[in-house]
Amino acid sequence: MVNKDVRNATLINFAAVALMFGVLMLLRTTKVINNYYSGILVVVCINVILAVSLNLTTGCLGQIALGHAGFMSIGGYTAGLFYKAMQSAGLEGYHIFAAGLLLGGLLAAVSGVIIGIPALRLRGDYLAIITLGFGEIIRVLIENLKFTGGAQGLRGIPRLSTLPVAFIVCVISVTLLTTLMRSRHGRAILAIRENDIASEACGVHNTYYRTLAFTIAAFFAGIAGGLYAHYIGILGAQNFGFMRSVEIIIIVVLGGLGSFTGSIVAAVLLTILPELLRGFADYRMLAYSAALIVLMIFKPSGLFGTYEFSLVRAIRYWMAVFRKERDPFARFKRKARAAQGKEC
Amino acid sequence: MIDFIKQIINGLQIGSIYALIAIGYTMVYGIVKLINFAHGDIIMVGSYISLVSIPQFISLGLPVWLCIVVSVAFCIVLGVLIELIAYRPLRSAPRLCSLITAIGMSLFLQNLFMLIFTPNFRPFPQVFDVEPLKISEVQVPFNTMLTIVVSVALMIALNLFVKLTKTGKAMRAVSEDEGASRLMGINVNRTISVTFAIGSALAAVGSVFYSNAYPLVEPTLGSMLGLKAFVAAVLGGIGIIPGAMLGGIVMGLAESLTKAYISSQLADAVVFGILIVVLLVKPSGILGKNIREKV
Repeated sequence: MVNKDVRNATLINFAAVALMFGVLMLLRTTKVINNYYSGILVVVCINVILAVSLNLTTGCLGQIALGHAGFMSIGGYTAGLFYKAMQSAGLEGYHIFAAGLLLGGLLAAVSGVIIGIPALRLRGDYLAIITLGFGEIIRVLIENLKFTGGAQGLRGIPRLSTLPVAFIVCVISVTLLTTLMRSRHGRAILAIRENDIASEACGVHNTYYRTLAFTIAAFFAGIAGGLYAHYIGILGAQNFGFMRSVEIIIIVVLGGLGSFTGSIVAAVLLTILPELLRGFADYRMLAYSAALIVLMIFKPSGLFGTYEFSLVRAIRYWMAVFRKERDPFARFKRKARAAQGKEC
Repeated sequence: MIDFIKQIINGLQIGSIYALIAIGYTMVYGIVKLINFAHGDIIMVGSYISLVSIPQFISLGLPVWLCIVVSVAFCIVLGVLIELIAYRPLRSAPRLCSLITAIGMSLFLQNLFMLIFTPNFRPFPQVFDVEPLKISEVQVPFNTMLTIVVSVALMIALNLFVKLTKTGKAMRAVSEDEGASRLMGINVNRTISVTFAIGSALAAVGSVFYSNAYPLVEPTLGSMLGLKAFVAAVLGGIGIIPGAMLGGIVMGLAESLTKAYISSQLADAVVFGILIVVLLVKPSGILGKNIREKV
C-alpha cells in the first residue's frame, strides 16, 4: 500500500532524472559535450558519490572521518583486479564491470566494519585521527603489496566508466542514501548526532547504527573507487593519500553538513572550478585554498546548511505562485497542521 | 650491537625533532581544541627562511647558525598571524569548520611557497660544521648530539615556563576553562597568541634541525612530518606537554628500528599502527588521564 503522494513524488523525480539523462546523452551524441567535458563529468559523478557517502558519517552521524580515500582505494583495487582476473579467464563486458563494482563496495564495507567497530568507540577528533591512521596504513600496504602492483601502480584497467555508466551509478547511489536517511534507520542516525545519550535512552542501539552508517558510507566509497579505477585506467597508491580524503571532506563541509543537496552542488562546483581556473594554472590552488578559508570564516555552516532541495515541493510552490495564492506556503502549512492533528 | 646503538641514537634524533614539533600541536590543541594542520607547514616555512638567510649571513661574515634566529622570528610572526586571521573568527564555530580552515591554511602556505620557490627540491647547506663525537667505537655526528641536547633543554625550559611563570599559569587556566579564566581577568586572546608563538618558535628550531638531518627542502616537506608529529602528540596524550616529548621519542625510536630491522617502506604503517593500538587501549594517550563522560 503506497501512499499516493509518495507514488507521485517518485514518478516526478524519476521523470526528472530520466529527462536529465536524456539531455546529457543528446548533448554527448551531438558532441556538445566532447571527450574532455565528458571526462570532467565522470569525475563529478564520482565526487558526488564520495561526498554524499561521507556526508552520511560526517554530516548525518556527526563523526569526522578522515580516511574516506582508504575505502575508495579498496574498492578501486578490488574492481580493477577482479576485472583483470575475469579478463584473463575470457570474460568481459559490463556485467563483469558491475559485479566488480559491487564486489569492491562489499569489500570496502567489510573493512568499514572491521575498522568501524573498534574506531567508533572514540568520538570527535580522536575518531578523525584514527580513521586518518587507518587510511594511511591502507595506502602504505597497497604500496608495498605485490599483487596491487606496488609503487608502479595497477595498469591496464579497461576504461569502462563512461558518462552514462557513471551517471546511472551516481543516481542510484544518491537515491539509496537519500531513502536511507528518510527511513527509520536514518532518523536513528540523526538522533545519535543530535544527542547520543538521549537517543540511547530512547532505545536506539547507538553502536549498531554508528557502525551501520560508517559501513554504508564505506560501501559507497568503494563503489566510487571502482568507478574511478575504470575511469583513470592506472591506479597508484599516491592517488588515495591523506589529501584525497581531505578533498572529499572539503566538499562535504562546503556544501553543508547533513545536506545531500549541498554535497552534490559542492562536488559539482569544486570539480569544475579548478578546471575553469586552468588558465591561471599557477595561482589556481592558491585561490582555491584562500577561497576555502574565506568561505569558512564568513559562512561556517556551508553553502546549504542542512537544507535539502525537493523537486515536488518546488513544483507545488511554483504552482501556488501561478495560481496567485497569497501565501504560497499555505498548502504545506495546512498539511503539516493536519499531520500534527493526526498524531495527537 | 654497535649498529643497534646507532639506530637508537638515530631514533632519538628524529624523535626529539618530532617532539619539538609535537609540542606545538599539543599546546594548541590543549588550549583551543583545534588540530592545527598548518603547523606542519610552518616547519616548511622555517626551513625555507633559513635557506634564504644563510647566504646573507655568509656574505656578512657572521656565523651560519644565526639563521635559526631569523627563522624563529619569522615563524613566530607567521604563527600568530595565522591564528589572528584564520582561527580567531572561528573560535566559537563548530569544530569541523576550524579544522577545515586549518587544512585550507596548510594548502595555502604550501601553494604560496610552491609559487615563490618552485616545487623543486633544494639542497640545504650544513649549518653546524663540527667534528663528530667519538664514544669508544660509536661515532655520533655533532648535529645529532646538538639536536638531542637542544631539544631536551628546550623542553625542560618550556615545562618550567608553563609550571612557574604567570603566563604559563594563564595558559593552563585557559586550557582548563576558557570562560572561567576570562572571569578571573586573564587576557584569553593574548594567552592563545603566546601559545601559537611558542609552538611556532619550537617548530622553527625543529625545522633547522630536520633540514640538517635530511638536507632537501621542498614545499610539501611539512605535511608528512607534521602528520607524524601530530601522531606523536596523540600518542603521548594530547594537551600534555611531557606527553608530546615522550610520544615523539617513542615514535622516533619505533620508526628508526622498523627501518633498520623490518622494512624501510613499512615504517609509516608501523607508526600509524602503534597510534591505533594506543588509541584503542588508552584513548587519552600514554600519559593522558581518563575523564569520565558526564550525563
